[in-house]
Amino acid sequence: MTYLYFIWRNLLRKKIRTLLTLLSITVAFILYAALGTLNYAFNMGVDLAGADRLITIHKTSLIEQLPYSYVNKVKSVDGVASVTHASWFGAYYQDPKNQFPQFPVVADEYFAMYDTVVLPQEQLQAWKQNRLGAVIGTGLVDMFGWKLGDRIPLQGLYGRKEGGRVWEFVIEGIYDVKEGEVADTRTLFFHYDYFDEARSFGNGTVGWLILRVDDPAVANQVALEIDALFANSAAETKTSTEKVFMESFAKQFGDIGAITGAILAAVFFTMLLIAGNTMAQSVRERIGEIAVMKTIGFSDLSVLLMVLAESLALALCGGLIGLGLAWLFIGAVAGNLQAFLPGFAMPVGVVFSGLGLALGLGVLTGMFPAWQGMRLSIIGALGRR
Amino acid sequence: MFNLLSQLLVVSLMNLTTLPQRLAASGVAIVGVAGVVGVFVAVLSMAAGFERTMMSALSDDVAIVMRSGSTAELNSGLGYDQTQLIADAPGVLRSDGRALTSAELFVIVDIPKRATNTDANVPLRGVQPTAFAIRDNINIIEGRNFEPGRHELIVGKGARLQFANLDVGSTVTFGQIDWQVVGIFEAGGGIAESELWCDVRVLQPAYRRGNTFQSVRVKLSDEASLPAFRQALASNPQLDVDIKLEAEYSAEQSEPLSDFIRFLGYPLALLMSLGAVFGAINTMYASVSTRTREIATLRALGFGAFPVAVSTLIESLVLALIGGVLGSVVVYILFNGYTVSTINGASFSQVVFDFAVTGELLRQGVVVAILIGLIGGLFPAVRAARLPVAEALRET
Repeated sequence: MTYLYFIWRNLLRKKIRTLLTLLSITVAFILYAALGTLNYAFNMGVDLAGADRLITIHKTSLIEQLPYSYVNKVKSVDGVASVTHASWFGAYYQDPKNQFPQFPVVADEYFAMYDTVVLPQEQLQAWKQNRLGAVIGTGLVDMFGWKLGDRIPLQGLYGRKEGGRVWEFVIEGIYDVKEGEVADTRTLFFHYDYFDEARSFGNGTVGWLILRVDDPAVANQVALEIDALFANSAAETKTSTEKVFMESFAKQFGDIGAITGAILAAVFFTMLLIAGNTMAQSVRERIGEIAVMKTIGFSDLSVLLMVLAESLALALCGGLIGLGLAWLFIGAVAGNLQAFLPGFAMPVGVVFSGLGLALGLGVLTGMFPAWQGMRLSIIGALGRR
Repeated sequence: MFNLLSQLLVVSLMNLTTLPQRLAASGVAIVGVAGVVGVFVAVLSMAAGFERTMMSALSDDVAIVMRSGSTAELNSGLGYDQTQLIADAPGVLRSDGRALTSAELFVIVDIPKRATNTDANVPLRGVQPTAFAIRDNINIIEGRNFEPGRHELIVGKGARLQFANLDVGSTVTFGQIDWQVVGIFEAGGGIAESELWCDVRVLQPAYRRGNTFQSVRVKLSDEASLPAFRQALASNPQLDVDIKLEAEYSAEQSEPLSDFIRFLGYPLALLMSLGAVFGAINTMYASVSTRTREIATLRALGFGAFPVAVSTLIESLVLALIGGVLGSVVVYILFNGYTVSTINGASFSQVVFDFAVTGELLRQGVVVAILIGLIGGLFPAVRAARLPVAEALRET
């Protein structure tokens, strides 16, 4: 208890300095959290990818369509356990700014393929029975406040055979992330059959194929076989594991992501340098005092721990406040960044790595002066006065 | 008055000449400010470069027509008949009896980035021959233009730099078709320099698009003819289109990414400045406290409180300025003209642009440094001025 009081008094010795140091550490950690979040957002999707799923797209570009017949051809390739497909619908709700993904899919197949999300069984049945039915994720519920039974008109990229480009869907189900999994919940799914019949062009095609292999070890082999199957056809394919596919897409942000990350990292370490220097300085100023403490019988170890505890307390407080503020800040700007970077939210990992860093900072800045204090020769230090 | 000034000069000089004695602390302050100013300038130069690419080389008399509700060319679609109706509308500039309109097809092809060798969404635009009369800033800087009817490409100079194998004479294969790169063009620094161009008539069958297009670029007879043109298209029941001036469309396309950089850049710059201010204040307090005896001695000799305070402020300003200039120079050397590319979500395709470290940004950076120096020096200066002389002299 006495020791705690001692540490507390030491911190309050120069209140302004302590406060300023605390604030710089806070700022550094706000930046750290922003950096981590940004990185996560740029690489979003990579974490969502399953190792045993493969994606087959048109070789020329993701935007080109594949013939529907490919679904069955791929199904017959050795090593393929199951195949389904999805397409890009590209519609918006009310305002062109309200963009979110919508995929026409085959209900059972798709939800069996992506088992990281759960859709209540009775909702799945209801959806399958309603031709105009759609299911949405909880993320979309948060965005638009939709609920079961709502009729949602979307402005489509595809025209309808009967004219117009307004597609109306009925919300029949709401899916959520399965406990302990990571998944996207901002996508609307509806029936491919309905889509293909009603659209005015592009009939008989799908956007991409998703397949599961019997054994992840043969994934690359299977990918090569599929691509060989369609080589020299009108629509050549490119098959890769979902993870590789997501990674290569994340790399398209390329330089922007890397540069923003590098810049933030530079700043973070500058801030730490400033804070660390001040903390070390404040201990150096007390060398004489420490000598006195040791004279009156404080052990080497207790001196070491006390000095260390002081810098640790400062670093951890600053770190915690910084991460907390960042969380508020990120929540506030996320809405503005929605159009460019969906999935901009602070991941839990950043909190833990941030706390780890704060701990490291405290130890690093406190260790050297603490070591000095411990090894201090009383005579020498007192003599310096 | 003269006395005050000479005192100020003497004290400030003394402060500055003893700076090397406080090297570590001063160094930290300088690095802190340099970091902030550097980052501030770097982030904003990225935004400036991107906006310059998106917004330059646009003319006020060129409009782009797309299917109504399309957020980008990629989402649009127009039949041949519709493009003809648009070309026939009043307000379109005509030369030799031919309307200056270009019906275009915009697709995306996967080409690896040179730097990472990973596939990127590169825009490929099929144009009609009139496109070059509409955009009068297109210049072939190497090789020649494509010949209509052949599978030939011309490549924007930004795209050539960023993406692999796009030099004149190389062959690229999209699907079943080999395309010959026959020329490199510049487009006044505009977005077109990120694109590949070819004859729309060969692109349509290559992509099985039948006789459809995605957009029509229209050269208006003058800026005033836009309302008439708009009116004519709106009243035609066979057309359901949106008309935007090139600049308007480009602004829309650049908005998400610009917003992203701005919404992230400014708050971050502000935060970092705060951090640097804290660092500077700490450094200056330390500087004042190590000079306690010195300051007290000066005061005892008859130097006023004001010169002592101002000299502290000046020291802080000088440190901040050194940091500011250092940060700006490093960023300028590292980043100015540095070519990068990223995917622009609005068009789902890559945009190639240069960092633009403009004079204006450097000026803003130095202003930030001065502000940090002023705020950082203010409180320590007040403390220096208020130092109780007798007590401070006794202090060891």
